[in-house]
Amino acid sequence: MGAGHNHQLYRAGDTLVHRLPPQCKLAAVAAFALVVVATPREWFWAFGLYAVLLAVVALAARVPLVFVLRRMVIELPFVVFAVALPFIGLGERVPLLGVSLSVEGLWSAWNILAKATLGVVASVLLAATTEPRLMLLGAQRLRLPPLLVQIAMFMLRYMDVIVDEMRRMRVARESRGFVARDVRHIPVIARSAGALFIRSYERGERVHLAMLSRGYSGSMPVIQDLSASSRQWLTAGMLPGAALVVLLGTLCGTLLVNGGLA
Amino acid sequence: MHVPDGFFNAAVSISAGAVAAAGVGVCLRGARRELDDRTAPMAGLVAAFIFAVQMLNFPVAAGTSGHLLGGTLAAILVGPYTAVLCVAVVLLVQGFFFADGGLTALGVNITLMGIVAIVAGWTVFRLVAGRARGRGTVVAASFVAALISVPVAALAFALLFWIGGTAPIEVGTVAAAMGGVHVLIGIGEGLITAVTVSTVLAVRPDLVYGARGLTAPLVLRGADGDATVTREAGLPTTSVTPVAPRRLGWFLPAGIVVAALLAGIVSFYASSSPDGLERVATDKGFIGQSAEHALAGQPLADYGEAGGIPVGIAGLIGVGVTLAVGGGLFFAVRRRTGRAGASARDEVSA
Repeated sequence: MGAGHNHQLYRAGDTLVHRLPPQCKLAAVAAFALVVVATPREWFWAFGLYAVLLAVVALAARVPLVFVLRRMVIELPFVVFAVALPFIGLGERVPLLGVSLSVEGLWSAWNILAKATLGVVASVLLAATTEPRLMLLGAQRLRLPPLLVQIAMFMLRYMDVIVDEMRRMRVARESRGFVARDVRHIPVIARSAGALFIRSYERGERVHLAMLSRGYSGSMPVIQDLSASSRQWLTAGMLPGAALVVLLGTLCGTLLVNGGLA
Repeated sequence: MHVPDGFFNAAVSISAGAVAAAGVGVCLRGARRELDDRTAPMAGLVAAFIFAVQMLNFPVAAGTSGHLLGGTLAAILVGPYTAVLCVAVVLLVQGFFFADGGLTALGVNITLMGIVAIVAGWTVFRLVAGRARGRGTVVAASFVAALISVPVAALAFALLFWIGGTAPIEVGTVAAAMGGVHVLIGIGEGLITAVTVSTVLAVRPDLVYGARGLTAPLVLRGADGDATVTREAGLPTTSVTPVAPRRLGWFLPAGIVVAALLAGIVSFYASSSPDGLERVATDKGFIGQSAEHALAGQPLADYGEAGGIPVGIAGLIGVGVTLAVGGGLFFAVRRRTGRAGASARDEVSA
């Protein structure tokens, strides 16, 4: 209860990566994800180097490997899908350990696994080194509509409250012996959701009135200086920059080899 | 259903991003009409509510469970524009903070789960609920709307996959698999949405955007007999005594049409091309080795190919059975909510 509002997503620290302004980090991660997605799936080396880049960032931010691994569980549903691909894919097939696998399916499974994993790790590192509130302020500085940013801010503020409320309702249900086992129990869960909505909405109305009486006029005051120097932009740009160098380098290498052969 | 990075090619990701940005832009304007000065705080609260509700797992069939998507629920509770904004924000936060869904696939995710699902759900809701007054109609319309919105979003995913997916699977297979699974999830979504809406209607009907017609205008009576009717409605009408046959009459034709449509589309896909595994098996010639299914002799096995029953009739029988089961389930659920609603009213009047 008294644990404060630090999410487990965020790991407090005072490293170079933590100190960078949020808008720089956001732009860097988005650009990195773009470079990764744009890389042709045949270039194994490039993906390996991207992973090394992320490892360097994790090292610089002192984010332990276990932390990243635990957060990567989110990827599981699509890993299952990717593993199924070689079996259900179409086209040419190769025998492997006695099982016939689709070549095209193997390629696309690798493609999805590699790109999704790199994207997830980059996002995990971003969330681990940036306070949620600052991340949204950074997004606003990157010209995300202010209303959207404000909605997201309120969502972050209310999230813990509502999730806690829901947890209490679950404890109440379970202490009375309720376990959702089959379809007949759906109405119970749905009524909890209805009650949760009413309680949250009424709480929201009260909070809104309290905010109005304290002078809220439609926007939250920003008390941090969020401007970024060109040096900080340059530091943040090192991640996508290095990735781009890898991409272009591999491209040149491939062209040279092809040219040499022709 | 959160699409990760690398699942769609660049062209689809970028155009879906443009569609999502345009849609969110429209909704930013529209949401001010629905919530005026309270837009930011209340939309944020509803977004947090959706986030929480998505953690509620419900049992779908033996052993498996699904979770609520919540788009249609939000649209009925707070209005479609706000709902799109809320789902977009939820996806944004999930992408940035929880690494759930790729950053480059954010456009695809917002387009599918935000815009497509909510537009489909809200359209169906308006069509079914219409201008009718009565709690039953609103609840039934919520069920149908949420039920349809989920498979529609899944089919939109299949369409995008057909345009620019990176995996080599036939689009018919994807559509059939996604559609089939999501019809099941949609039934759960529909049930939860309907019961949630009916719970909120029983306690605070003024909070349900989709049921604004249900609240009577407030009449202020002065000392000398003059009466002023205010636009601000706050009290529930007392004239919502249940009239079961009429409400059922509304619900049944709509349900039958929906079931027939869905079964038609899915079964046509299923009949025109064998599913991926089956096809692969045929291609590789090992289908003959697989043991005969224990139920293969039953007339309806394999959509009627075994017992000589045509596909269409097998489909119709399927619709009939589904309708009986689903209708019975819905009826049982609704009777109980009717009782709960009545007792809630009694408490209010007491």
